Amino acid sequence: MPTPLFAIGPAPLALEPLVSAVASGSDGVDGAITVFLGLVRNHNQGRRVQYLEYEAYEPLALKAFARIDEEVRKRWPGMRMALHHRTGRLDIGEASVVIVTASPHRGDAFAACRYVIERVKQIVPVWKREYFDGGDVWIEGATADPDDQHARAEAERIACA
Amino acid sequence: MRVTVRLFARLRDIAGAAEMPREIPSGATIRTVWKQLAGEFPGLADYERSMSSALNADYARMDAEVHDGDEIAFLPPVSGG
Repeated sequence: MPTPLFAIGPAPLALEPLVSAVASGSDGVDGAITVFLGLVRNHNQGRRVQYLEYEAYEPLALKAFARIDEEVRKRWPGMRMALHHRTGRLDIGEASVVIVTASPHRGDAFAACRYVIERVKQIVPVWKREYFDGGDVWIEGATADPDDQHARAEAERIACA
Repeated sequence: MRVTVRLFARLRDIAGAAEMPREIPSGATIRTVWKQLAGEFPGLADYERSMSSALNADYARMDAEVHDGDEIAFLPPVSGG
């Protein structure tokens, strides 16, 4: 079965099939593919992290992925991307998210990749619970509002800095 | 009419359930459902300003009208990636 470009679930993330899936749409126009892997880190805000548990509202997460894809293609015409996010328990060093962007030019591929992870953190309904030495805590970041143009512009500013 | 409420992450912990059926009056909005729930689980009120809401797995505003059989979700601030 071909690797879908967008997915969320408990399966471990596989990088190469996703790169191949994006590359296969190229027709030779690509000059660059950029990959981002988000990893589970062993420390956070002074705490020694043991592992993370990720939870998602999966059908809405997939719609948020589609929205990010739409934003990317509008901002960088011709860009193609893939995005997989993992759920469930993840140990230190494991990948929680993988993003692949492909473009004729490396500058755009890097920028779009950064844009996608910033938007994931803003609008995708995923939550992580951190288990650390001494307790556990839900991590709460951004209030998700896909129509917040200020947040979207901020993601673009960071991506294109 | 009957709707299904879904709660995630810490909101689920506060209410002690991920999914619950609720009876609401016709003409209700997402806000009506939230107020009813926050009355039941006072800890939820802290999230009034920071949570997001969804209707049938699409982001929706608090003033969106809900209908019989709808799924309404309340989402604390997200932390993916």
